[in-house]
Amino acid sequence: MSEKDYLKDISEIKNLMNKSSRFISLSGLSGIFAGGYAIVGAIIAYFYIFPETGDYLTLHSWNFKMLLILLLSVLGLSILTAYLLTTIKAKKNKEKIWDATTRRLLLNFMIPLVTGGIYILIKLNSQHYGLTASLMLIFYGLALVNASKYTVGNVKFLGYGQIILGLICAALPGYGFWFWLIGFGIFHIIYGSGMYLQEKKR
Amino acid sequence: MGIIDNINKLFDHRIRLGIMSILMVNENADFNRLKELLDLTDGNLASHVKALEQAKYILVEKSFVGRKPNTRYSTTKLGKTEFKKHIEALEKLIQKK
Repeated sequence: MSEKDYLKDISEIKNLMNKSSRFISLSGLSGIFAGGYAIVGAIIAYFYIFPETGDYLTLHSWNFKMLLILLLSVLGLSILTAYLLTTIKAKKNKEKIWDATTRRLLLNFMIPLVTGGIYILIKLNSQHYGLTASLMLIFYGLALVNASKYTVGNVKFLGYGQIILGLICAALPGYGFWFWLIGFGIFHIIYGSGMYLQEKKR
Repeated sequence: MGIIDNINKLFDHRIRLGIMSILMVNENADFNRLKELLDLTDGNLASHVKALEQAKYILVEKSFVGRKPNTRYSTTKLGKTEFKKHIEALEKLIQKK
């Protein structure tokens, strides 16, 4: 084989690897966006929703309901952005968006995440508010690590980061809000920018 | 000669290389998925899969989904090491020239 054939081999390998586990291509920009939404959400919560010091956040107060709506909006917007960016990318590369890889990835992502979500709700219902941020970080991290088996990217490391942060957060009660901001906001942006630059290089 | 030794004859074919590339980044893939990704006919894919299976580079798992037979493939440890060696050899060959 000549040099040209070897080059063709390598590009064929890269192409097939990307095509069969596409989520590597989604990650960059959607990570940056998700981080941005989380930070905006946190700022809104900090200035408008959190009760004055000394007051408690209880399950039936308006603050709590607002906080829940805010959280769900951040989640919804992040998912929507990721979905739109992937669709655009898939169309450009003439790939199908809903195939075996996507299904497996989503399933493996959802199992720890939904488990965590339900667990947090049960805890909240019995007035255990303290660990919410830590639990969110840990279960989200586990979901990322679990889903990373179906990507070639570095999502795994984002997952490890969130888990470690979640554990530290559990050890330092009272700073949940700040850890949440670092994990969901700053980690996403760092990770997203890294991936974005890597994608640009190719 | 060192580099040439690592060029694996079995991977020196577009389709077999393709099958390995897909299985390297996926835990497993079934026959139809490989066919779809590589754009091949049944017979063509089957013969190349067999070659890789005989070399013990991939694992074949047959089962039933409902009544339909379903065959899933995954890489073995040996297959992964050999594939990595092959890629390294390719990259070195390109850099040398």
